[in-house]
Amino acid sequence: MAIALEAKHVVKEYMVDGSTLTAVGDVSLQIAAGEFVALVGPSGSGKTTLLAMLAGLLAPTSGQIAIAGRELSAMKEAERTRFRREKIGFTFQANNLVPYLNVQENVELMLQLNRNTSAAGRARAKDLLARLGLGQRLHNLPGQLSGGQQQRVAIARSLIHDPAIVLADEPTASLDTERAFQVVETFAELIHEEGRAGVMVTHDLRMCTHVDRVIHMTDGVIDRIYTSRHDILALAQGEAIHEVPVS
Amino acid sequence: MRSNLPLFLGFKEIWRNKARFALVIGVVTLITVLVLFIAALSEGLGAGNREYIATLDAELLVYQEAADLTIGASQMPANLTRSLRRVEGVAAVGPVGFSTGSVVRVGEPLDVALIGVQPGQPGVPPVREGVTFSRPNAREAIIDANVAEQAGFKLGDLITVRSVQGEDENSYQVRVVGIAPSRKYGIQPSIMLPADTWERVRAKPAIADVQGAPAFNVAAVRLSDPQQREAVAARIAGRVKDVVAVDLKTAYENTPGYTAQQSTLSTQSGFTLLIGLLVIGGFFQIQAIQKIAQIGMLKAIGASNRTVAAAFIFQVVIITTIGVLVGALAAFGLSLALPSVVPVQFEPAQVLTAVLLLLAIGPIGGAVAVRSLLKVEPLTALGLTS
Ligand SMILES: Nc1ncnc2c1ncn2[C@@H]1O[C@H](COP(=O)(O)OP(=O)(O)OP(=O)(O)O)[C@@H](O)[C@H]1O
Ligand SMILES: [Mg+2]
Repeated sequence: MAIALEAKHVVKEYMVDGSTLTAVGDVSLQIAAGEFVALVGPSGSGKTTLLAMLAGLLAPTSGQIAIAGRELSAMKEAERTRFRREKIGFTFQANNLVPYLNVQENVELMLQLNRNTSAAGRARAKDLLARLGLGQRLHNLPGQLSGGQQQRVAIARSLIHDPAIVLADEPTASLDTERAFQVVETFAELIHEEGRAGVMVTHDLRMCTHVDRVIHMTDGVIDRIYTSRHDILALAQGEAIHEVPVS
Repeated sequence: MRSNLPLFLGFKEIWRNKARFALVIGVVTLITVLVLFIAALSEGLGAGNREYIATLDAELLVYQEAADLTIGASQMPANLTRSLRRVEGVAAVGPVGFSTGSVVRVGEPLDVALIGVQPGQPGVPPVREGVTFSRPNAREAIIDANVAEQAGFKLGDLITVRSVQGEDENSYQVRVVGIAPSRKYGIQPSIMLPADTWERVRAKPAIADVQGAPAFNVAAVRLSDPQQREAVAARIAGRVKDVVAVDLKTAYENTPGYTAQQSTLSTQSGFTLLIGLLVIGGFFQIQAIQKIAQIGMLKAIGASNRTVAAAFIFQVVIITTIGVLVGALAAFGLSLALPSVVPVQFEPAQVLTAVLLLLAIGPIGGAVAVRSLLKVEPLTALGLTS
């Protein structure tokens, strides 16, 4: 499988009151196309910081990150912005959608940003929304949707423009377990089907049921990696949950 | 086709938040009405004070020096006309006297300015209808368009002019021979009378108080060469004792209260514009602050600063343009509905300046907000700061 994302010795340090705080310390990882990875770990372990660097939103103190073979640090700011809209799909914890655009417009926004509003693209947006159970909600505004529905719209938006990688920060944080499961399941399905790479940051180990690999971070470094189906399910079903403080 | 993303975003936001944006448009509209009205009132009042003097068929106005450019205080002996006429460069001299009275009409009497002028000399306004005066003692009057309209007088009417003389109010009958364009003086419509008739009709302390007393207030001086204003004014001051000659602009700016009134009104206009600027600026700034999370998200998914700023500026322009246009129409409509005694007068150049200034307050007020939008980091979408 092709490598969608490669991070080498990525470090992020902050200067806080004159002393150095290492938010992410020497992380290296590779994610292949078609692979869905969960990033877990206690609060403050550096998950979001790492994700921000993978997204090109935050410059690492040292190390390299390449997406689809392109080194992020080699790009100028405007170029990175453009790269993000072309090659990356995003789902955030909150404030995902533009409140004054309806469901369909929010998804198509990604196409508009890429100046690619073909009839085919718009049809794909509808299909995708239908797959996510929002076929009847195309003309609703975000305010008229439940939290889970809003997250599903964000998932559709993160996939519509054929990105190399999809990054999701706590996509299920505001949902109840039942809904969270459904959302992650569909997300995983779409990532696998379309052969994209996906990274999901989550607090909730139960959400790991559908991922291919779980990367566990503590104090800014990767301390455990779960790759076998068996280990992942054990983790997700709570057998290892006591190791991870819930915040 | 929805290829222009900033326009699309800017428009959708307005469209889906109609009430909120209508409110701001309403504020812009009210500010526009207020600014235009103050300007029109200022123009109307200003014109009401200066009109007669500003439109004189003369280049200089000569005052008694001691009067300090106050027309009411200036007294000019009749023989002064001759001395002025002898000054080199002077083509004609017309003594002008100002007084007040009223005319009898159906209903209330109408207060008017009574202006005494010398037939054939500067000071007599051109007539729009009818003829000019025949001789100084003719019982004739030229009324200005305002008197004609407000009193309903027509050419050939015999009208009754009343003035306070001593302890009495006396009535005089004169015939309307001409109607002049608007020639307000002291914010009153005016009636021009030939010199001798005016002397009899004008308000005075006592009816007998006429023998040899100085009658006129100022002299309107027409020059052979209008370009020579300053030179001739200096020459007059040198040759004729105890007088001072000034141009017409200086003259009307020194009518009582004129400058104070105009500067008060333009200060008010300025403050209204300033308030408008602050209100609009404040609104957009609050908007921008409320949108920080959303803007961070848009930038994170790949919207450029240009797109974000353009969408916002588009909104600002749309809102101010609609507000100013509606406001201008409302001001115009309102001015038509007002009774004609309210001295509002729209001067095209002034309206244009005000409208352009008003259109500018949106972008100026929004500039601060645009800066805050540009400063939003895409990182905020992940709840982080750099
Ligand atoms: N701008 C910053 N300045 C200083 N320290 C920072 C900054 N941003 C993050 N940190 C620190 O870096 C560490 C990692 O933060 P991060 O948000 O990545 O953790 P996280 O794993 O996402 O936590 P959570 O599960 O609570 O979201 C924390 O100790 C945090 O305080
Ligand atoms: Mg986090």
